[in-house]
Amino acid sequence: MQFWGYKRKEGRAGIRNHVLILPTCACGSESCRIVASQVRGAVNIVFNTGCSDVAANTAMSQKVLTGFACNPNVYGVVIIGLGCETVPHNKLREKIQSMTSKPVVSFGIQDEGGTLKTIEKAVRAARDMAAEAAMQQKELCDISELLLGIECGGSDATSGIASNPAVGELSDLLVDMGASTIMSESIEWIGGEHVLAKRGATPEIHNQIIKVCKDYEAHLEAAGQDCRAGQPTPGNKAGGLSTLDEKSLGCIRKGGTRPVVEVLEQAERPTKQGAILMDTAGYDISSVTSMVAGGCNAVIFTTGRGTPTGNAIVPVIKVTANARTYQKMEDNMDVDLSAIIAGTKTYQEMGAELVHVVEDVCNGKMTKAEAFGFSDIAVDHVCRFV
Amino acid sequence: MEINALLMDEKDNVVTCVTEVAAGQNVVYRRNDQICTLEAKEDIPYCHKIALTDIPEGGEVIKYGESLGKTSEKILTGHWVSHNNLFSVPRDYDSEMI
Repeated sequence: MQFWGYKRKEGRAGIRNHVLILPTCACGSESCRIVASQVRGAVNIVFNTGCSDVAANTAMSQKVLTGFACNPNVYGVVIIGLGCETVPHNKLREKIQSMTSKPVVSFGIQDEGGTLKTIEKAVRAARDMAAEAAMQQKELCDISELLLGIECGGSDATSGIASNPAVGELSDLLVDMGASTIMSESIEWIGGEHVLAKRGATPEIHNQIIKVCKDYEAHLEAAGQDCRAGQPTPGNKAGGLSTLDEKSLGCIRKGGTRPVVEVLEQAERPTKQGAILMDTAGYDISSVTSMVAGGCNAVIFTTGRGTPTGNAIVPVIKVTANARTYQKMEDNMDVDLSAIIAGTKTYQEMGAELVHVVEDVCNGKMTKAEAFGFSDIAVDHVCRFV
Repeated sequence: MEINALLMDEKDNVVTCVTEVAAGQNVVYRRNDQICTLEAKEDIPYCHKIALTDIPEGGEVIKYGESLGKTSEKILTGHWVSHNNLFSVPRDYDSEMI
């Protein structure tokens, strides 16, 4: 399989060609929003920190911001900073320029003399960059250039038995064709980690999967949180999930069955091709943020109850096997998988159909969240602000 | 006959009902290309599991081809498998390392 994408000098091809208006800190976020609203072809993210952070939080934020800039769906980057944040705009720009040859410019609000002067310069820069981006022609790209993030959120009783297995089938089919996929949300592996570990391509990867779960549980314990307490929840039990094992097994099915070739830290870029895992929060917005920073060019998202979430940089394909949710929230749902629950199609058949959905999105078809222009992000934190 | 339950893996000893099933009704599911049936011996709620075989006390409930835990009582074919008769077996991470 091939798709029409935007070839990059480094790394994978993009399936979009955005100019990213990127804040270094919360104080730059509003200016970025205004700049993006003035330029067709530009997208912005809202970043709610960048200041008064401990080193570990700053490191995570930098991984996410540089990862966004390097994401293959981004043509070029306009950075807006304030001037007194932990990592100012020129430092962030230099860091990004050391990682990619794509165009990057940056402005500082204090240096430029306030909001209006900064916006004026940044709009001009973004406009010129968007004009250049529009000249780039799509080229036929091999499916191996696809890195699909796999996410679930707002799950219900249909998720584990229908939409997750269908997306798992999709993942297996794509991996067999030479593409790569990332399943994240390591907290939700707990209870089924021994089963997921069996997919490890090597004994080291097997043990890495177990260790990720062990460390996550210990991390939460240090904050006084027992991640097993009350699991499965009374709502889960009423919905048919009898044990944490069952809940977790239904969750990890969305990652398919192929050997796991690599386990990544949050927001880290893969070095291997195939089925990949990333150690992220179960919080869907944060998990998608980390996978996009890791270089995913598309995300598929299973839901039971329905969610509107979208990402500025990558299209998020929303699928549900709950017929009522699809009908009620069709404005937010891309694919109806309820034929699995109705018994008229198998999850394997629906998984094969999803290959064509992904192909269309790669070729430019907008997802519902993309058409709305949604831009949700959440950067994971390890500590309070200073 | 309309499908009203899903078998997740050939090794499973339960299927998940995708409609509410009343005692005495047939549960209909697909195993590869075959359509299989089984009579429900008690009411099974939506998205809950029903036993395909007799499972002894302390026996394993298999779904997705993997163990969900062990039973706290004998569960006969056609009966409801839930948190009331199935419990998770504690494991520790260190013993899972290879």
